[in-house]
Amino acid sequence: MNVIKLLININGRYSQTDFAFKRYTLICGHYGCGKTNLSMNIALDLAGRGEGVTLADMDIVNPYFRSSDYAGFLASRGIRVIAPGSAGTTLDVPALSAEIASTFETGSYVIIDVGGDDAGATALGRFAPNISEIDYDMLYVVNKYRPLTSVSGEAAVLLREIEAASRLRATGVINNSHLMGLTTVETVASTFKYAEETALRLNLPLRFHTAPREIAAALKGEKIYPIDIYVKTPWQQER
Amino acid sequence: MSEKVLMKGNEALAEAAIIAGCRFFFGYPITPQTEVAAYMSKMLPKVGGTFLQAESEISAINMIYGASSAGFRCMTSSSSPGISLKSEGISYLAGSDLPAVICNVQRGSPGLGGIQPSQADYWQATRSAGHGDFHIMVFAPSTVQEMVDLIIRAFDRSDKYRVPAMMFADGMLGQMMEPVVLPEGKDIKTYDKPWATNGHKNKRPHNVTNSLYLDPYLLEKTIRERFARYDIIKEKEQLAEDYMTEDADIVVVAYGASSRVCRSAIVAARAEGIKAGMVRPMTLWPFPERAVRKAAETAKAFLSVEMSMGQMVDDVKLAIDCRRPVYFYGRTGGVVPTPGEVLEQIKAINGGLK
Repeated sequence: MNVIKLLININGRYSQTDFAFKRYTLICGHYGCGKTNLSMNIALDLAGRGEGVTLADMDIVNPYFRSSDYAGFLASRGIRVIAPGSAGTTLDVPALSAEIASTFETGSYVIIDVGGDDAGATALGRFAPNISEIDYDMLYVVNKYRPLTSVSGEAAVLLREIEAASRLRATGVINNSHLMGLTTVETVASTFKYAEETALRLNLPLRFHTAPREIAAALKGEKIYPIDIYVKTPWQQER
Repeated sequence: MSEKVLMKGNEALAEAAIIAGCRFFFGYPITPQTEVAAYMSKMLPKVGGTFLQAESEISAINMIYGASSAGFRCMTSSSSPGISLKSEGISYLAGSDLPAVICNVQRGSPGLGGIQPSQADYWQATRSAGHGDFHIMVFAPSTVQEMVDLIIRAFDRSDKYRVPAMMFADGMLGQMMEPVVLPEGKDIKTYDKPWATNGHKNKRPHNVTNSLYLDPYLLEKTIRERFARYDIIKEKEQLAEDYMTEDADIVVVAYGASSRVCRSAIVAARAEGIKAGMVRPMTLWPFPERAVRKAAETAKAFLSVEMSMGQMVDDVKLAIDCRRPVYFYGRTGGVVPTPGEVLEQIKAINGGLK
């Protein structure tokens, strides 16, 4: 099943709804909005449902905290990770893996973790001709707590820059607003309006909001994707 | 703005510098600090400032010499290899009593090294940021919030004492994200700069920015006067956090990212009944000798934890005149120690004490 379960709480009555993924899903957004952690959650959920999943790290802008830094963990869950040629080394060479071309021929689900902003999305443009020919989703991740995209107008402008650089059109918005360890129910709930406004400005559907698993059930009235935190600092990781 | 926002350490350095009144940034890209320059290039023009990507680090630091000489708050940033290139200019700034803020988001070294986090430039920052008899102030943040708070302090103290100041971070702090509260600019203090070379308008003798003294006695006098100022800085500007040191048998000394690792290790050690604590230097020059000396009143042993082969450990020994055993644990080359490794060290020292 190529779906993840979204939680809806209407006045304390819970229901679930499916969010179906297309075979090819691109995750883009501003630096630090949480693309990598979200990409990992989606990949792990789909793999958990028995799907073959490929997670391609196309982030050649950031030197740390990339999905390929978690390649061992993801591989242990049956996820194929395609990392930039330099990932896992200290070589500072922004080169994409030729293996990315194979994602257009694989039968598995493909999640592409795109680098931040238009600078990161430029690398994606190299594959725009291939991607345009298939049925893809390009999901724009927003986080209201990131200063340069904290109002819907700024967030909308940034997506247009990402689209120009990648030569691809986004197909939906995901609200991933959070304050890391300080994220509360109110932290997320107070960003619903921002996310709706951003989607409206972009004339794109707001697909869902995310929330840390512990608080997801307490958020009312919206489609929530409960997520786990995988991207951590060395001192947050288990000994 | 009193609301929390989520920022990358490098962005926080840049945004807080702008809040502190920095209007000129000159730099050259290098991982893992490039976001500082990228943020400045986007935001400085919006506040009437100037961002300029210089042709090299040497060029950038000399542009700082010019902007500071003209009386402006200015900043440059780099990572370890780039700081070495700037060292000549830092000496000139010190020799001309010019304020400036220099950010070092350290990476593995020597040489080109690697792009992972490191603290191996401690000696360079605190002992030898360039040639000659001089010091710069060195601030050591350990959170993204402290990137904000300490860089504002760095701009202030640099102007106040006319001494260059360094923000001494590492790749982990530069790249990681944390919630921060950004202060409002209205509380930022500014200083008169009667020495600035900003046009005398026929109202005062013209100012000269200079580090060249052909008369050795005059040069010696100038340096001695500067060192009298350093004494005031040593007296007034030591900064450190005491963490569970009141009853600590084993006091860890760690700064920056490695102090975050040590904090987790100390919590784990306390849970096992070991009285561990930490002195966390927030200034490395001046080194917080007083805090370390005070901890020695209860401590039976010290453990310096660094992302280097052992550099600050010398300052810990000097601060207490070697009156207690001072152990060292470090990882280098871009490797961050784990809380488990530090806990093992604490347990081993504790075993020796019993």
